[in-house]
Amino acid sequence: MYQYNDFDKAFLAERNRQFRAQVERRIAGNLTEDEFKPLRLMNGLYLQLHAYMLRVAIPYGTLSSKQMDTLALLAEKWDKGYGHFTTRQNIQYNWPKLTDVPDMLDALGEVGMHAIQTSGNTIRNVTADHFAGAAADELEDPRPIAELIRQWSTDHPEFQFMGRKFKIAVSAGAQDRAVLKAHDLAVRIVQNDAGEIGYQVLVGGGLGRTPMIGKVLNDFLPREDLLPYIEATVSVWNQIGRRDNKYKARIKITVHETGLEEFRAMVEERFESVRQSFSGIDQDLLQDIKAHFAPPAFRNAPTVEFDRAYDTNPLFRSWVDTNLTTHRAPGYAIVTVSIKKHGQTPGDATSDQMRALAEIARQYGHDELRISHEQNVILPHVHKSDLPAVYDALREADLHTANIGLVSDIIACPGMDYCALATARSIPVAQQIATRFDELKLEHDIGHLQIKISGCINACGHHHVGHIGILGLDRAGVENYQITLGGDATWDAEIGQRAGPGFAYDEIVPAIERLVNGYLELREGPEETFLQAYRRLGLAPFKAHLYPETQANAA
Amino acid sequence: MPRAFTPKVITANALIEGDVIYFTKDDTWTRDLACAEYLTDEAHAQVRLLEAAQQVELVVGAYLADAAEGENGPEPTHFREEFRRTGPSNYFHGKQAETQQQDGQAA
Repeated sequence: MYQYNDFDKAFLAERNRQFRAQVERRIAGNLTEDEFKPLRLMNGLYLQLHAYMLRVAIPYGTLSSKQMDTLALLAEKWDKGYGHFTTRQNIQYNWPKLTDVPDMLDALGEVGMHAIQTSGNTIRNVTADHFAGAAADELEDPRPIAELIRQWSTDHPEFQFMGRKFKIAVSAGAQDRAVLKAHDLAVRIVQNDAGEIGYQVLVGGGLGRTPMIGKVLNDFLPREDLLPYIEATVSVWNQIGRRDNKYKARIKITVHETGLEEFRAMVEERFESVRQSFSGIDQDLLQDIKAHFAPPAFRNAPTVEFDRAYDTNPLFRSWVDTNLTTHRAPGYAIVTVSIKKHGQTPGDATSDQMRALAEIARQYGHDELRISHEQNVILPHVHKSDLPAVYDALREADLHTANIGLVSDIIACPGMDYCALATARSIPVAQQIATRFDELKLEHDIGHLQIKISGCINACGHHHVGHIGILGLDRAGVENYQITLGGDATWDAEIGQRAGPGFAYDEIVPAIERLVNGYLELREGPEETFLQAYRRLGLAPFKAHLYPETQANAA
Repeated sequence: MPRAFTPKVITANALIEGDVIYFTKDDTWTRDLACAEYLTDEAHAQVRLLEAAQQVELVVGAYLADAAEGENGPEPTHFREEFRRTGPSNYFHGKQAETQQQDGQAA
């Protein structure tokens, strides 16, 4: 894991000192809110419906136990005892006081964390595959590149006041677990025919009001060209991107309006001059960073305890079958800890749970944790012989829900329970869907199904790429929920199709139940997932289940 | 034709705590919507908003929110304002909890 050096520490301390002074000047009346707002946003501080909200970056989703302990401390000391993990691998605190935020930032600084550029029209927290460094299907650990991009983009003078925000994701897996195609820019680590490792760059993806799938801007870049190429791309967009209309300011619109070929030509031209300004120091830095991400010392040990527990404890077996992923090291497993207990708020963990996770990682997980964009916590390196003990410890902390990838593993944005931009609630819809399917005891039969809920058109809940997407809107002063079907967040990324008229708040859960029951009738067998059935059959038969009355009327 | 004016209250967030507050008749701020000044005249509402927004050392983002006259004072007409005066639905936090605390203290 990356450890801050003296430069990083001094930079952060100075930045926090500046922000503390800005808060003081705001309170003293020497800064107006208009002057203060961009400064607080650049430090992750929003003003939401009921209170301020501090968004803390968890770069590429990676945390040490000590860092997780500090996140727990913040929740306990300055908030209401919990934090909310988000779809961009951040954590949000919903109740801080303005006067406490500088202390919170100092506490984060102690463990090499910050809230810089988690908001504002800047390059945001760089996200990555949450299984990075552990997945069996990856070419190399993508996090050194993510860290390099984080360092390059932090306080980058050219990119502090752009037309809009800019989101970057990095992955190296054969499978895309980081929703690369929904990012302004994405880096995919690839291998060319000559066996060399390089980077494929995608551009112009994004959800929100105009959802678009990212396109390949460059198929293969040698290592030393990556940073200047990204800089050229952001620079071209920053120059020609629209500033007349906030809703047309993202790079996806620029690429769409300019045309990919033309945009690529402009980037190539800019790249020629930007490249001159890179002396190669970024590659030296990358070598240093790589050393921080050396894999842990994996041990060779028998797995008899695991086998015994698996054969004798059906609850453990169910959890293993649902929440584990193949690790690249023999005898190891990747554990996904569900932060989606049925009826709870997706992505919310209490201080006690965060501390329990930190302790488990310390004892059994090489001191490492990850936050996934799916709002779960990952223990990336656990030896199988430790899994029974890990499971017991998770049970103690009420973190043992076996539902990863299932219908109750729902992504939900904070919605109108917290967010000032929201047009409807998301959290209670997620809670009720999860509770309902738990009552029905159907979710393991239903199999892999991703429901994603956003409380407004901005799509923080990724509803466009949910197999079932739910979008909460305000229709004439009443909450109304639109359903989209067939979205996909993987390499085969697809934007879901709108199913038809929306549903009222008290109709949405029964509608989802009808839809899922419909799928169970329509599928060819348990091995055909919801998405596969949808792709085979199209919208019509699912619609018939969603809108039975319309169907009856037509008959 | 311009839309007919509907009654309003002035609401904002407190600068330090960030919580929801309402402007009163005597130019102070209350955390209880029922104690807010109920504005039925458009021109008067605009003037009051200007006056409220001038208190920059206390508040952020003052605006006019639709309201209706209730038994105990102004009440929200839109669900967003209902959530703002209550708190989130997933935890008993925010105003709903604070009101209970105050009631407890009073009793």
